[in-house]
Amino acid sequence: MSAVAELPGSRRLSAGRFLIYTVLILFAAFYLLPLFVMVSTSLKSLDEIRAGNLLDLPQAITFEPWIRAWSSACVGIECVGVKGYFFNSIRMAIPAVLISTLLGALNGYVLTKWKFKGADLLFTLMLFGCFIPFQIVLIPMAYILGKLGLTGSITGLVVVHVTYGLCFTTLFFRNYYAALPDELVKAAMIDGAGFFRIFFRILLPCSIPIIVVTVIWQFTNIWNDFLFGVTFAPGGGAPITVALNNIVNTSTGVKEYNVHMAAAIYAALPTLLVYILAGRYFVRGLMAGSVKG
Amino acid sequence: MASLTIRNVWKRYEQLEILKGVDIAIDDGEFLVLVGPSGCGKSTLLNMIAGLDTISEGDILIDGERVNDKHPKDRDIAMVFQSYALYPNMNVEQNIAFGMEMRGVPKPERDKAIAEVAKLLQMEHLLKRKPSQLSGGQRQRVAMGRALVRNPKIFLFDEPLSNLDAKLRVDMRTEIKKLHQRLKATIVYVTHDQIEAMTLATRIAVMKSGVLQQLGTPAEVYNRPANTFVAQFIGSPSMNLVPGTVVDGADGPLVKLEDGAALPLLNGYQERLRGQSGRAVLLGLRPEHIGDAVTDSQTALDCPVLVTEPTGPETMAVIRLGNQEVTARLRADSEVQSGQTSRFGIDMAKAVLFDRQSEERL
Repeated sequence: MSAVAELPGSRRLSAGRFLIYTVLILFAAFYLLPLFVMVSTSLKSLDEIRAGNLLDLPQAITFEPWIRAWSSACVGIECVGVKGYFFNSIRMAIPAVLISTLLGALNGYVLTKWKFKGADLLFTLMLFGCFIPFQIVLIPMAYILGKLGLTGSITGLVVVHVTYGLCFTTLFFRNYYAALPDELVKAAMIDGAGFFRIFFRILLPCSIPIIVVTVIWQFTNIWNDFLFGVTFAPGGGAPITVALNNIVNTSTGVKEYNVHMAAAIYAALPTLLVYILAGRYFVRGLMAGSVKG
Repeated sequence: MASLTIRNVWKRYEQLEILKGVDIAIDDGEFLVLVGPSGCGKSTLLNMIAGLDTISEGDILIDGERVNDKHPKDRDIAMVFQSYALYPNMNVEQNIAFGMEMRGVPKPERDKAIAEVAKLLQMEHLLKRKPSQLSGGQRQRVAMGRALVRNPKIFLFDEPLSNLDAKLRVDMRTEIKKLHQRLKATIVYVTHDQIEAMTLATRIAVMKSGVLQQLGTPAEVYNRPANTFVAQFIGSPSMNLVPGTVVDGADGPLVKLEDGAALPLLNGYQERLRGQSGRAVLLGLRPEHIGDAVTDSQTALDCPVLVTEPTGPETMAVIRLGNQEVTARLRADSEVQSGQTSRFGIDMAKAVLFDRQSEERL
């Protein structure tokens, strides 16, 4: 891209280039529109929402909907806000992301550096897991959680997400480690390091880009999941996605659009933050290995 | 420092036989070079000595002790890899210290050992750098430092110079040789480059398709190759092989080439081939044993010159000898010209004969 821009004579803003930028800016604006509507609506009072246009900027900014959404909006029949559910999601997402990433890294390590007979076949079978839709695993998963006594708990959700995410994290790490030279492991073996020492001291510190990719991928999927949450952890242990649904889908009383918008932003905030902080790595990591050097 | 014995070692992957009964023994302080074309099993053998690959059959002994079932870390060996295998997340100092750290060597001792090795390899200024900030030659140096600091019984080198450019390769080759002379260490070195083998080794093991072809000093392997494969693999340009037949002459057997020229047999061949008239042989002549200045000890022959290739210090000439194109190594000021027929002197005392059927040296 940059090489094209540096060609002689292409510095000036030609008509073609102007058109391209205009179209791109329009697309960007179109994509940002929902976020704009969410933020501006969440800062309006209900009266202003009813009186004005969806796209109008708020006349008098109020943080009341944000406070209500956090601590007193009605989730179903209990009016406690999303606060508790937000922390449910955190208590679910963080362990699930960490465990699935670590296990994926270990799987990748074993599948590439401690190859055994049938390692490639096993990896292929694990890949199938990536293509299994959520809905198919619901009933067997419910059965197993029941047997384990984890139904309706956050621990149960962690188990579900780790299991489901393992295929993806293994895929990421296996392909990343396949590109690392085997001689690194051999050298470490001769140096006297064992299985876990090699993993934690040498492989893992070399895996920062792929760890970032995996963490973003897993965090987004787990945080945004609704189906597993609503199936396996209804009630007080539900993640924020389920709580948001229960706030918005209430059939009684007034529809508090500003509160709904604020709650939705709370629900989207962590993933947004992760993308802003690590998005650069994400793109770079996904490309890693596709081009040599 | 230790001796190394490889006794009837086999390596099989199911039906595939990688090594077929290799026997090698070297003494303390020897520099053994395993050389051969790709896929000859030399790297597999090195990995087996290191303990990174299992032994299907046979024994490997270090200092008389069988190490077949010992873990690599317990064999007291150090290895330098082709890709250097420096840990990318650690700086040079940490790379060198890693092995000692794993063995629980206390920090002050580690620091002292690192300082010594850094001084020996002149890389004190590199200690805080990451491998990615080093040039190829510097990485090579660090990889050697990591091996040296361990002070192991045996050093293993797996094609350590093949990733360097031509000039650096020659420099590092000299450094490795100096290092060997200084440390008097036992070294096993794998390469496919016969010049590295000749220059570095005290003992060369030439391998092909999992079979040891010859084990000997560089001079033995060069002057008395065990078969035509060794003859042609070692030496550049490689040895000329001219088909001929043993015939009876007035003073004993001669070798008669396809164009009718008959050359006397010397170097003990006269006795060995007496009464074997008619035997099909290959006459092995190194390029330097065919010259344009005929001395008394040489046999003179008139040969057409096809091409001359001046290289600077010498001139290579492709001539026709016994209906075959052979290479002669001439002085740089040689007046031989292509398209003409010149008189060449052949040093039959240095010639080697091979059986044409078995290709073994006679």
